[in-house]
Amino acid sequence: MPIELKGVSYTYMKGTPFERMALRDVSLTIADGSLTAIAGHTGSGKSTLVQHLNGLLHPTQGEVLIDGVNLAGKKKEAVLARRKVGMVFQYPEQQLFEETVAADIAFGPRNLELPEDEIERRVRAAMEFVQLDYESYRDVTPFKLSGGQMRRVAIAGVLALEPQYLVLDEPTAGLDPQAREELLRRITDLHRKKKLTIIFVSHNMQDIARMAERVVFMHDGRILIDAPPSEAFFADEKMKEAGLAAPPTVALLSRLRQNGLLVEADAFTAEEAAKRIAKAIRKKEGTAC
Amino acid sequence: MLTDITIGQFFPGTSVLHRMDPRAKLLLLIVLMAAIFIFDTPGGYTALTGLALALIFLSGVPASMYFRSLRPLWWILAFTFLIHLCATPGEVFFRFWIFDMTKEGLSRGFFLCLRLTLLILFSSLLTFTTSPLSLTDGMERLLRPLKAVGVPAHELAMMMTIALRFVPTLIEETDTIVKAQQSRGADFSTGNVLKRVRHLVPILVPLFISSFRRADELATAMEARCYRGGEGRTRMKELHVGGVDYAAAGVTALLLAAMGAMKAAGV
Repeated sequence: MPIELKGVSYTYMKGTPFERMALRDVSLTIADGSLTAIAGHTGSGKSTLVQHLNGLLHPTQGEVLIDGVNLAGKKKEAVLARRKVGMVFQYPEQQLFEETVAADIAFGPRNLELPEDEIERRVRAAMEFVQLDYESYRDVTPFKLSGGQMRRVAIAGVLALEPQYLVLDEPTAGLDPQAREELLRRITDLHRKKKLTIIFVSHNMQDIARMAERVVFMHDGRILIDAPPSEAFFADEKMKEAGLAAPPTVALLSRLRQNGLLVEADAFTAEEAAKRIAKAIRKKEGTAC
Repeated sequence: MLTDITIGQFFPGTSVLHRMDPRAKLLLLIVLMAAIFIFDTPGGYTALTGLALALIFLSGVPASMYFRSLRPLWWILAFTFLIHLCATPGEVFFRFWIFDMTKEGLSRGFFLCLRLTLLILFSSLLTFTTSPLSLTDGMERLLRPLKAVGVPAHELAMMMTIALRFVPTLIEETDTIVKAQQSRGADFSTGNVLKRVRHLVPILVPLFISSFRRADELATAMEARCYRGGEGRTRMKELHVGGVDYAAAGVTALLLAAMGAMKAAGV
């Protein structure tokens, strides 16, 4: 069952002179098992949008349905529906507080009042998934770890809740390139192997292009583009309106095209782009000869 | 929601009150607060209430915001009123179980509540129309003469500026941490007192860690820009006492004289 947003609007500080409308009539359906990216400028409403997905914010207008259950409801049903959505905030390592890695990851499952052996199983599984060795890291204090490791602990803390949907708000912000590659690979794995429905917010067009099946570009509280990356990045006018730039590979290939090289522009990794250029040049030389 | 707090908030604007010098506003606030306690006659309170209403109108800040600033005080006001209503000896006009409500109690309770309300309103007028930065600037200038007796005026003002500067940041951060822990199934609103206090640990630990980190970074940044305290420091925006301030002082003086006369006449 999907996540559905129906005509959602949200206003911050309603009824004061600081009133600010962050979402305007947003409708969006996120299908089960999909990998969706959300992008947009600072203040475009993307963080507000993702906070609606697990009931941290309730729409001023409209409704959010998870598997058909309205999240704003007061019933047990709504609480259970909210639990299906795991949420990883920006810089999640800042929310760590326990004395040991294992205890911090167990915080979520413990709140669900699961039996001890189930908690341990989940902590083990979550740590294994983010590639932190259970035996060597479980009793380490999280504050002695590196930034990338701390972030993995925090993500494991959310995975231990075993959500069906996972929302990540700029998961790679502030990580070094290696840690970033590693984390993105883990996220793709979650999607492919565990069949999790994933929604992630990112500023990095290259990451979006490589990973996502669908991109939602936000601008001024509205959805500007909602399409697969292969289409979205070629909507030049709209991209410009949202203040976004196409991924470097797409930008480069488009420029080459403008200058007369007949190259296909839909390459999202450096290798792919190189192959496209090589192909185009070979073709050109072939015709010239 | 935490980010919806309005107490002590500044509302940018261009009204007469916004244009006044912070020092003048601070001094006049002190004078008016003293007046609330000195001129405790019906005539005096009528004049002060009128002044408060006029200033609220002049400030250009929506009146509903002033009501909001009174909201946390609502219980204290109700309690004060009831205690005075029932505990003041005098002519009984209503009897309920063991409580004797007296006419004297009614008027005393009313005046005390009015006094508290006026105190809050006048302070709100100051904070709503003065940015925290110019407020601390004003305080620094007012405290400067006390430097001779060893009061570190500049350092005090700098500490206040920094504290005020980080209030919104910390509120925002607390909000994020609360949400993050809520997303992990934390429950802050049920259970007895002991349980609720324990539930604060997942919020307080991350908050303290990040505050220490911020303090450290800020200290480094200030040192990197050669901050050495107030000695020989000049400012970009000098404070100016202008016509508006003299006019405000004049109006206040007139009002004080009128209230003094009313008190002497027993009105």
